[in-house]
Amino acid sequence: MIEFKLPSLGADMDEGTLLEWRIAPGEAVRRGQVVAVVDTAKAAVDVECWQDGTVLDLLIQPGDKVPVGTPIAALLEAGETSETVQRPARVAKPAQPAPAPGTTTSAAPPASRARISPAARKRAAELGVDAGTLSGTGPQGAVSLADVEAAAKSAAPLDRQAAMRQAIAAAMSRSKREIPHYYLGETIPLGAAMAWLSAHNAGLPPEQRLLPGVLLLKAVALALRDYPQLNGYWQDGAFRAAPGIHLGVAVALRQGGLIAPALHDVADKPLEQLMAELGDLVQRARSYSLRSSELSDASLTVTQLGDQGVDSVFGVIYPPQVALVGVGRIAERPWVEEGRLCVMPSAQFSLAADHRASDGHYGARFLGEVRRLLQTPDRL
Amino acid sequence: MDDAQIRREVLEALQGIAPEVEAETLRGDRPLRDEVDLDSMDWLRFLAALHQRLGVNIPEADYQQLTSLDALLAYVGRRLAAG
Repeated sequence: MIEFKLPSLGADMDEGTLLEWRIAPGEAVRRGQVVAVVDTAKAAVDVECWQDGTVLDLLIQPGDKVPVGTPIAALLEAGETSETVQRPARVAKPAQPAPAPGTTTSAAPPASRARISPAARKRAAELGVDAGTLSGTGPQGAVSLADVEAAAKSAAPLDRQAAMRQAIAAAMSRSKREIPHYYLGETIPLGAAMAWLSAHNAGLPPEQRLLPGVLLLKAVALALRDYPQLNGYWQDGAFRAAPGIHLGVAVALRQGGLIAPALHDVADKPLEQLMAELGDLVQRARSYSLRSSELSDASLTVTQLGDQGVDSVFGVIYPPQVALVGVGRIAERPWVEEGRLCVMPSAQFSLAADHRASDGHYGARFLGEVRRLLQTPDRL
Repeated sequence: MDDAQIRREVLEALQGIAPEVEAETLRGDRPLRDEVDLDSMDWLRFLAALHQRLGVNIPEADYQQLTSLDALLAYVGRRLAAG
């Protein structure tokens, strides 16, 4: 029998509240299938199964809040039947007070679609408010923006922003407490990359254009193939290389806070595919809808704060990762090439790395490789 | 399409990307990407929305003309008038 446990949802997420099951007892599940939706401080996460099996039992109910690592479902492996295995215990729950005798417990109200304005629905999602539970004060009882915001205020523990702030605080404090960071910076010329990109984008509608950020991500991923000591985790007192090159992409959220979900297998994918996947990932991060693998798989994080205009950024490593690459603004700057002064687009790249896992010399060579790769953009 | 219609379409496209934008408080003469806090991905999605709503495909080479909301509205107006 397989005990399916609530998987890790990233270093800053140690518990989740089950919103709904997507599977039922008796159903076959495949590896990678979404089996449940779990709410966390940062997102409503689609939890994926990591193994094939048949659902024997669901051990927690919607509304239950459990720590990461708690068994939440029991699955049968191939060849097992419900008779041949011992059923696991359900997660103990605090006893519900019994209804007083003589009173009838009213059934839950029928699941009618609540009247709610699109703006209020969106705000409710942002604030982590279940709009279905609100009674509206708008026309025909519709739930208005004001109703949602009032509910969010009264339900402080549900306030996603406060919870996210706490989650970031915990992860970043742990990082600075435990990880001996070293920092390197290098200005990388991007003349060839930007010229290639503008030629590539010239005939294309906005929907098909590439952003410079995608080239930079690909270059970082390809360089990591040669510098695997930066791609992985520091766990139990030792470095463990990650099985794939999954770049965490720092996404600033409009309401404040940030999340760095993983873009999978970046080194293996063509730029067009990476661009499409990045667009999708950013949008889902901002609407708080991510998959569990995206929250737990990132093997190195990239932050491109240069997009907001700063010249450089030296990041805080997201534990248990061992490195973070920061990219400053791409701008035309004075540059010396072959003894002549010229104008060249460039960006300051930085590496923040865990000195337990690598040394500055190694990190410097990694940044040099990123630089080399960006000089031949047609090969990315 | 008159100026008011263009403005409405542009603002709706913008609000699709940045829901917190309020048309009344948006200063049309300020740098748009600062006024609305658009990163490069937001900007590209905004241009894609304009392309779909208005049929105006704005090339990268013209980005520098789109410094503010007013400049962008004028640009879109010119492109639509030119057919």
